Amino acid sequence: MPESTVILDATAIQRALTRIAHEIAERNEVGDDVVLVGIPIGGDHLAARLAKILAGIWNHAVPVGILDVNMHRDDLDQRAAPTIHPTVIPFDVTGKTVVLVDDVLFSGRTTRAAMDALNDFGRPKKIQLAVLIDRGHRELPIRADFVGKNAPTALDEKISLRLVEAGAAQDEALLLKP
Amino acid sequence: MKWTRKHLLDIESLTADEITILLDTARAFKAVGQRAIKKVPALRGKTVVNLFVEPSTRTRISFELAEQRLSADIINFSTEASSFKKGETLKDTALNLQALNADFIVIRHSASGAPHFLSRVLDAHVINAGDGAHEHPTQALLDTFTVRERKGKIAGLNVTILGDILYSRVARSNIWALTKLGAKVTLCGPSTLVPKTFEQMGCRVTHDVEEAIRDADIINLLRIQHERQRKTMFPSIAEYAQLFGLNKARLAGTKPDALVMHPGPINRGVEIDSEIADCNRSLILEQVTNGLAVRMAVLFLLNGGKGPQGVAGT
Repeated sequence: MPESTVILDATAIQRALTRIAHEIAERNEVGDDVVLVGIPIGGDHLAARLAKILAGIWNHAVPVGILDVNMHRDDLDQRAAPTIHPTVIPFDVTGKTVVLVDDVLFSGRTTRAAMDALNDFGRPKKIQLAVLIDRGHRELPIRADFVGKNAPTALDEKISLRLVEAGAAQDEALLLKP
Repeated sequence: MKWTRKHLLDIESLTADEITILLDTARAFKAVGQRAIKKVPALRGKTVVNLFVEPSTRTRISFELAEQRLSADIINFSTEASSFKKGETLKDTALNLQALNADFIVIRHSASGAPHFLSRVLDAHVINAGDGAHEHPTQALLDTFTVRERKGKIAGLNVTILGDILYSRVARSNIWALTKLGAKVTLCGPSTLVPKTFEQMGCRVTHDVEEAIRDADIINLLRIQHERQRKTMFPSIAEYAQLFGLNKARLAGTKPDALVMHPGPINRGVEIDSEIADCNRSLILEQVTNGLAVRMAVLFLLNGGKGPQGVAGT
């Protein structure tokens, strides 16, 4: 059984999302065409929560999509084939400001794959990146525009985000030591 | 659970979970076909050889398009233009193709077991696109996918396969896939083409077509395979059409939501009447669309496996 530490509890997660939403609202003027696109697993639920908070700030609905990036990964022949989740982007991304939402930012390879995948759906005006947790160890020149928490980690540690939308009893982010 | 196999040689050796992974992955690839840009880079830099030692149009085209949509490089190799005519063995041909750094070999062959043989002598991933009267795994997967998509499930459904079972690799692969996923399979056709021995595969055999289709949720029609029959197994095509062909009157005796499938090519007026092939209960063209998604899923999943029979990565 690996040792685990709670790095964000339910209150901290909600507070971080509220802050990210306000930062998104600050960075993008009202009326800008902002859409949220979450990366499963995890990012899709976070995107839905952010959209709800943003709708409260802006007083209009914020479109949310789900983007599976597995077909665009660069390590497909180096691991067992990943489980592909449905991609649902019920709007045109061309000309929009797309905020990609992911749970944990690590090597940056998922983000790269996401940007490639997104381009198959159109040409966004801007792409911004929001993550709940940045754990470091980037392998690509990618950084997040909005970060809920910076969590220094060792390479062999793992971060597990549990959300009630995915069936967890309560929201929490755990740091798992090997 | 993750996919760990290196080859797709048959349905018989797959588990229900593995079939389900394939079908779930195919669903994601079907969505790719509905995008403006229908191509993804998953197999970029990989080379796929389509080794069709037996004629095929739709399966080969479907594989080719699936490979292109995954950004693979493709070599097409068919009997007409090959060195088989010059006496080269299958093994030598395959080794030569592998020497060109082929990563995947998709093989259609008239000899049962040809893909299994290649999987033992090659490092490349081998995909069975139909071997003799043995198996046609991607056809069974696309049929199963189509059924699941339209009926929402497989378990508990009554599926009747009607026609030339004896010579049909499609029937064998379908029987394995459907029974593994919990469907009840009934086989029907002339007794010469549907021997009772098929009951050993876990299905019911009957020679009474009205009874066979009465409670069916799915009626899967198979073509009479003239090319595999060395002697006539039934008196005439006209008699087959009269006794076993699916026509309006026979369809009226089925459940109102029973759906009709056919792997193609269809012989209008023989195993299926024209008006039924074109009616809204026919899934024939949906099967073709789904075949593309299923073949993309197969290539995508096999690409992930590593080592002999695949060792899962992290």
